[in-house]
Amino acid sequence: MKRLTLLFALLLGAGAAALAQEPLVFDDAAQEERYNALTLELRCTVCQNQSLADSDAPLAQDLRAEIYEMMMAGRSDEQIKTFMIERYGDFVLYRPPVQGNTLALWVIPVALLFLGAVAVFFVVRNHNRKLAARREEESA
Amino acid sequence: MIGRLVPIGIFVVLGLLLAVGLKIADHKSDLPSPLIGKPMPAFSLPLLHEPEVTVDSDELIGQPFLVNFWASWCVTCRVEHPVIEELARTGAIRIIGMNFRDESADAKAWLQRFGDPYTMIIHDYSGRTSIDFGVYAAPETFLVDENGIIVFKQLGALTPEVINREILPRIAQTGGLAKR
Repeated sequence: MKRLTLLFALLLGAGAAALAQEPLVFDDAAQEERYNALTLELRCTVCQNQSLADSDAPLAQDLRAEIYEMMMAGRSDEQIKTFMIERYGDFVLYRPPVQGNTLALWVIPVALLFLGAVAVFFVVRNHNRKLAARREEESA
Repeated sequence: MIGRLVPIGIFVVLGLLLAVGLKIADHKSDLPSPLIGKPMPAFSLPLLHEPEVTVDSDELIGQPFLVNFWASWCVTCRVEHPVIEELARTGAIRIIGMNFRDESADAKAWLQRFGDPYTMIIHDYSGRTSIDFGVYAAPETFLVDENGIIVFKQLGALTPEVINREILPRIAQTGGLAKR
């Protein structure tokens, strides 16, 4: 029974998610794929932790319609992204470009990972040395 | 010795991050407008009160003005309204109301209830022009100089502080340029 309820809840959730999208007609599967990829990569500026594809906000609906129309008019992904950046700034891209003001964003995680690796190296070496010293004591 | 300093150092850094985070917490979701310093997006839209009259964005240029995006469904616009009325009363600047994504009847009822301080109200029913302005919240207000360049944008309600600190000094500046 519990499992059935869970399944039901999941199906209901899937239904709601599907409703967030307008019924759109595409020429072919590749075009639909392009549309899905684009709306997933662009951020909804109203609810900033959702992509345009996820969001139910009226602005996100309008922007999806705008993107769809631009695609139908034969505009490239680059042109559509430029359209969005010109209006809302780099923030609309989930993958911001590597440039002066985003350098920290790209460098800090790598730097932290490196620092962590260095720390682990020293901890392990320290530990091994102590272990070796104790063994010597015991054997002596 | 160094071993003891490390946790203290980490604590200090985390504390600093927390302090910065708290300081910008209210404005973390504010996005800087890429439109500042750029020409106002062109539009050609009807007036709310006279739908048969179409206003071209070029017609507005010549004197600085504010473009205030508002709608009857926007709760913060009500909070902002007295501030706009006060600014309109001083006659310091033209205030163009941009009623967007709104039904004409709802917008008019709202104005009847709260008052109409606007120099004119343009009706952006589809919201297409609001997209060109990069509007993602309501209200949003743009200060456009006499050459049609956007010089300042207020995200959210205008306050007397914002008007005194950001808007009035900029009008004085552009007014001075116009006289030359």
